[in-house]
Amino acid sequence: MSNAIETSGLIKTFGATRALDGVDLRIREGSVYGLLGPNGAGKTTIIRILATLLRPTGGTAAVLGHDVVREARAVRQKVSLTGQYASVDEDLNGTENLVLVGRLLGLSWRGARQRAAELLDAFGLAEAAGRQVQTYSGGMRRRIDIAASLVAIPEVLFLDEPTTGLDPRSRSQVWELVRGISAAGTTVLLTTQYLEEADRLAERLAVIDHGRVIAEGTSRELKASVGASALHLRLARADQRGRAQELIARVLGDGVLPGPDPTALAVRLANPAQAAAVLSVLTEDSVDLAEFSVGNPTLDEVFFALTGRAAEDSAQEARS
Amino acid sequence: MTSVSVPGSERRHELFGMHPRPSPPSALSAVATLAWRAMLKIKHVPFQLFDVTVMPIMFTLLFTYIFGGALAGSPREYIQYLLPGVLVQTVVFITVYTGMGLNTDINKGLFDRFRSLPMWQPAPLLGALAGDLFRYSVASALILIMGLILGFRPQGGIVGVLLAVALVLIFAFALSWLWIIVGMLVRTPESVMTTSFIFLMPLTFASNIFVELSTMPGWLQAVVGRNPVTHLANASRDLMHGQAAGTDVMWVLIASAFIVLVAAPIAMRMYRKER
Repeated sequence: MSNAIETSGLIKTFGATRALDGVDLRIREGSVYGLLGPNGAGKTTIIRILATLLRPTGGTAAVLGHDVVREARAVRQKVSLTGQYASVDEDLNGTENLVLVGRLLGLSWRGARQRAAELLDAFGLAEAAGRQVQTYSGGMRRRIDIAASLVAIPEVLFLDEPTTGLDPRSRSQVWELVRGISAAGTTVLLTTQYLEEADRLAERLAVIDHGRVIAEGTSRELKASVGASALHLRLARADQRGRAQELIARVLGDGVLPGPDPTALAVRLANPAQAAAVLSVLTEDSVDLAEFSVGNPTLDEVFFALTGRAAEDSAQEARS
Repeated sequence: MTSVSVPGSERRHELFGMHPRPSPPSALSAVATLAWRAMLKIKHVPFQLFDVTVMPIMFTLLFTYIFGGALAGSPREYIQYLLPGVLVQTVVFITVYTGMGLNTDINKGLFDRFRSLPMWQPAPLLGALAGDLFRYSVASALILIMGLILGFRPQGGIVGVLLAVALVLIFAFALSWLWIIVGMLVRTPESVMTTSFIFLMPLTFASNIFVELSTMPGWLQAVVGRNPVTHLANASRDLMHGQAAGTDVMWVLIASAFIVLVAAPIAMRMYRKER
């Protein structure tokens, strides 16, 4: 299998800020690939370069063998982009938006209308087809936006934070759509701030921080380095946190991360059973727990494991 | 709320399967499609049109009945002079909407979608302009109807009126390119409006739209006499009233050609450039 996307030493600067600082990616044809990172890490910049909207300052990028700068038109003929903000006309209704895109892709009026109806139906928007998009809910907007990217099926689909700001139900609907699109053969590159999303959808992912790839691999590989799950603790008293950290370190080695507030602790677990050991050592030493839960590691914990510091939003991608 | 049906594999192939993509549309078809979009916007948001015609109607009523007697002897006489000028002023002002619309499209991410489609790149700009020309025509018609009701009687007949409107549209088309540049330079639609008005206020008020050039002090006549809007107002007055308008028409066409030749290439360059 060949690569749908290849970048090498990709650099992008905006004035004095370095949004991308040498990004190398190899994305296999037909796969779903995730770019995971906090705001401002450079995810959007990567996608915009690959969709021919930005020129790289240095390095090269090719989509399906076409250079994104020299053969931009050939790339545009094969890709679709769904940006972070719904890139549809809010004054127009659902059908009109999809017909517009269909016509601009070269479909006949009749073909464009037919395809619009088909997609609206499949995306659960048939009833809203005649309504202006500005009356749509967040989830519906996201779906019409993704539908607009599928009027003609692209060989590569870029989704920039497809579920940011969506409620859990809309989020899982988008996930279902992405799986369907991928199953039919389209390569999908998506960005996300949620580890869970990357884990559920992407076969491989790259963790992006400050314009660099700081980790790359399958979600399983990534988790092995981060811990399969995490125990989140909240102590009754802040002054016991140091003591608790020490006790846990004694049982598990390392992997204890102080949380955002002074009573919180996150513990990286190789397996959920370790949670029991941690809890028993704490109760034996009469550390008072206010609450605890076992769940997936958060993006913060992934970053901590990979970089030794918490993920921070950098302001540099204000122009995302 | 309706749910998203997860298509079975056969249906899924039909929906999402890799059909060959159609070949990109011709430049003309892309422009026509985007002009269609502009029409739809007018259909869905008719207030856009109402909005731009209320001001000139108020202007005309105020000037005709309050100043008409003083300026031209009677309101009825004054409106013969004023109405072609109000038409010019109105259309010149609403050219700003071109820049505002473009700015909104950029902010909303819509232009990202357009730019990632395999179509002729200038199409979104030209399509928007085509829609704007329609808007200018509708505004012109509304003003003429109001004028006729108030007693405006163009001596040049329908041909004269149509020629005058055509000339106004040509100048408006040229001017729109400037606001396209502004629309790409500034951050919000409101600042497009503010920036453009810095130019438009002197351009329209330092003209002979409301009063004759001969009533102004000599130094001002020198300035106002060179304003392309003065030539445009003269030309449309003369055309509507069946007078010879050759020189003024020529100046308007020269000014329009100059603006397009300078502004359009800059606008296209900026549009193609990343943001």
